[in-house]
Amino acid sequence: MKNTKIVRSAIWALLLLLIAGILIFWFSFKPDVFTGNTIKIGEIQTYSKLTVFTFPYRNGWQLALEEINNAGGVNGKKIEVISRDDQGKPGEAVKVAEELFSKDKVVLMFGSFLSNVGLAVTDFAKRNKILYIAAEPLSDAVVWAKGNRYTFRLRPSTYMQAAMLAEGAAKMPAKRWATIAPNYAYGKDAVASFKKILKAKRPDVKFVAEQWPALFKINAGAEIQALADAKPEAVYNVTFASDLAKFVREGKLRGFFKNVSMVSLLTGEPEYLDPLKAEAPEGWLVTGYPWYDIKTPAHSKFVEAYQKKFDDYPRTGSIVGYNAMYTVYHVLKKAGSTDTEKLVEAMEGLSFDSIVGPVTYRKIDHQSTMGAYVGKTALKDGKGVMVAWRYADGKDYLPSDAEVMKLRPQ
Amino acid sequence: MGFYLVQFLTGLSDASALFLVACGLSLIFGVLRIVNLAHGSFYMLGAYIAFSLIAYLPQGAFFFWTGILLAALIVGLVGVILEVFLLRRLYSAPELFILFATFGVVLMVQDLSRWLFGAEDILGQMAPGLEGSIDIMGTLLPQYDIALIVIAPLILVGLWLLLNRTRWGILVRAATEDREMSSALGVNQTWLFTTVFFLGSCLAGLGGAVQLPKGGANLLMDLNMIAAAFVIVVVGGMGSIPGAYLASVIIGQLNSFGVLIFPQSTLFLMFLAMAVVLTIRPHGLFGEIEAEEHAAAQTAGTVLKPASKKVRLLGLILLILIFVLPVFVGQFTLVLMTEIALFALVSMSLYFLMTGGMVTFGHAAFFGGGAYSAALLVHHLQTPMELAIFFAPLAVGLLALIIGWFCVRLSGVYFAILTLAFAQICWSVVFQWAEFTGGDDGLLTIWPSKWASEKIVFYYLTMVLCIGGILLLRFFIFTPFGYTMRACRDSALRVDSIGINLRRHQWLAFAIAGVFAGLAGGVYVFSKGSVFPDEMAIPRSFDFLFMVLLGGVETLFGPVAGSAAYTWLHDKIARFDFWQLAIGCIFIFLVVAFPRGIAGSVHNRFGKFFED
Repeated sequence: MKNTKIVRSAIWALLLLLIAGILIFWFSFKPDVFTGNTIKIGEIQTYSKLTVFTFPYRNGWQLALEEINNAGGVNGKKIEVISRDDQGKPGEAVKVAEELFSKDKVVLMFGSFLSNVGLAVTDFAKRNKILYIAAEPLSDAVVWAKGNRYTFRLRPSTYMQAAMLAEGAAKMPAKRWATIAPNYAYGKDAVASFKKILKAKRPDVKFVAEQWPALFKINAGAEIQALADAKPEAVYNVTFASDLAKFVREGKLRGFFKNVSMVSLLTGEPEYLDPLKAEAPEGWLVTGYPWYDIKTPAHSKFVEAYQKKFDDYPRTGSIVGYNAMYTVYHVLKKAGSTDTEKLVEAMEGLSFDSIVGPVTYRKIDHQSTMGAYVGKTALKDGKGVMVAWRYADGKDYLPSDAEVMKLRPQ
Repeated sequence: MGFYLVQFLTGLSDASALFLVACGLSLIFGVLRIVNLAHGSFYMLGAYIAFSLIAYLPQGAFFFWTGILLAALIVGLVGVILEVFLLRRLYSAPELFILFATFGVVLMVQDLSRWLFGAEDILGQMAPGLEGSIDIMGTLLPQYDIALIVIAPLILVGLWLLLNRTRWGILVRAATEDREMSSALGVNQTWLFTTVFFLGSCLAGLGGAVQLPKGGANLLMDLNMIAAAFVIVVVGGMGSIPGAYLASVIIGQLNSFGVLIFPQSTLFLMFLAMAVVLTIRPHGLFGEIEAEEHAAAQTAGTVLKPASKKVRLLGLILLILIFVLPVFVGQFTLVLMTEIALFALVSMSLYFLMTGGMVTFGHAAFFGGGAYSAALLVHHLQTPMELAIFFAPLAVGLLALIIGWFCVRLSGVYFAILTLAFAQICWSVVFQWAEFTGGDDGLLTIWPSKWASEKIVFYYLTMVLCIGGILLLRFFIFTPFGYTMRACRDSALRVDSIGINLRRHQWLAFAIAGVFAGLAGGVYVFSKGSVFPDEMAIPRSFDFLFMVLLGGVETLFGPVAGSAAYTWLHDKIARFDFWQLAIGCIFIFLVVAFPRGIAGSVHNRFGKFFED
């Protein structure tokens, strides 16, 4: 009796082992359906949230990918992008990156939007010695404090955009400045850089008040009152999206903007300016992207193709996505190989003509010299636009080489 | 002078906006005794629907307010649909299940709103006739702020009249006071619950609609609002409408004047106020201690038993499988398994607390706390990995002792919400104290020591620690201490009368759970190489609750099965667009169809076979 029990248990155990084994086998050795003659590229982005920014970005790289592959790909192979969602969580991004490299065998990776996600992947790239092109994250740390051999960044950083605005701000007569910025790394960096650069250009400037609303939880009325109480002559704003909308509306109602000059980071980007519609602020000095007015042949061709394919107009994210994909194309072409070390060497100093102007990935800190557009906001046909803008080339707004050497771990 | 007056009035108008949302939540909680996480989603829906209606209707003040009221009614009807088709099925189930289901609704509404209304932020219309500002001693105040300041007390009075001067109100108050008794007296509970839920949802929708001129509609507003609404409900006393108003005014003024003094710690201030109030008055300002508090009813009737021989054999097989796994699979599967094991340990520690009747909504504070302790040690003191992993659980144990001291004085939902508040305090400290913790940029380069840097080695290390931890927790559950904990859960009164110190047992259990969650966190940070505040945020806490629930609360193997299933499911589903919708549907389906969870269902089906 006892024996049969043991035997039965053993049979059951074996059976379970077998089933489990099969399951594991099935899930881990899923045959690569068809690798074919493609170069696999990984891409991560916050597609389940922040879709206002990330979908135009996706459109951008998809358009570029189509163009590249229609023209025959690179080095005789087509490019295949494996695109994944990072859910806006750094931990998730690292897991996805792990999967892209160890399971999907991608040769390099680009993408991410949030600075902390970008930083997490930056660190991952360094440890695992894989090439990562940070497309959108703005954080200075990606190329400086946490910079490493394997990470490159495309978009003009917080520092660069703040420097572009500080240049204009220094020409203003205002001496009493106030700042308002969301209370997290991006806001803090943006204020610190702006203060530093403006102070260097105008030692007579004083910062008299600062407000730090929690991200997307601005208490607009109260914070505007607090700023107004300090009687600033000019205000530097870093809030964006729903915080910006509340700031603009409350500020108008409370007569806050009447006597102050406004300088505002990123506000000219269609992502942020368009939702404000007829209430878009006028006369603010901003960085942004006036896609409707840029008439260079390359850019016009891009806008036309974009509108034809997506039935929508491009946003800032679109040019970032488009340029990121072309970066991938050019680096693969220049390296002529998919070996990471060769790719990194090709990335350092990589130059190409992008739709906004020439872009070079600097050897010294791996920051690209892609620039941004600086101009004033205005109202036209009931919506906000940028006027009197110019393209600020990124290479003119970076600190000196000696300073960069200090900022970046060697 | 004018400045301070305007600042005060601004705070008052913010308070009004908060009150509208919070009073509905408080009402629903008071009568239905459910924690409705979907309340924030109703608030968001109210904003979107009102915006669309106002845009569709002709211009003018009359149509503006018609649009707002219509939107509130529509949201109320959506609430009725939710109540009739989903919640009604769950009233007899443990509270946690309803929480689970409403969170499923939150996820679904998120994606549905994105699909229906688009992802772009919407700027609300101005109220016709109230577009200007008035001058108060040289400082301007928007006219609409005045309107808001007036609306909230009107609603407050209206609700008071409704509750105190109508038959319906009497029935509602009777049900709030004693549900069983009012039911025994023949009050139609089903009907009463539906109407209360309708009114509560209406108020949430109204809250979303009337804030349009102050802001607009976006996809983040649901979760942004729900935390604040909970704080107000708890501070005011759950179920108390005047309490909610008082709490709104306090929080509104705190925010308004707080920005003058502490512009950097706005997040922290609200939760600190809540912790202070709850420490002094555990049931909130106007809350009353209930005659008989139901601890979150986990007592579904199954008695936990030590594993039978067959189950032990099964466990052994599983161990062998885990041991030989690296031979068969690639690196990514190992990474996934490492994560599953760590989450299993956390869920097990959460489950351990639940056996003592303590459902915490703030377990992420311990998990994230462990991760941050280890990361901070490495970052600031260059501590080697082994020491960091050793100290992380101790640090979290200490944290748990401190938080536990405040929390174990409460039970049931109050306990849960207070843990949530403390978790939020921890989170906001980590988030806003960037000089020390790195803020939202997190702490990077926290990689394992050299000997453990291979994925396989780290996998084995994790498995040893996690399986050891899980077995140890299992062991605790069957010690006299564990039995006492279950006694505390099942009858606080009897436990008290036989001379057991309930609080001390719960306090100790809280610390033990903290230690193990901290251990998992400490290992987790080395597996990822970095840590960020979102490991401590509310969604993380809910992740762990889901794992336990998914696995089933009646069996000891539940948390392990749950975390494996959850992590795997999440990994597969997150590859689709609109995956939140899918995962929300799955949650709701599971709660309705498999209330006993995976392990519970298996136990039901095959339980007999595994008996000795």
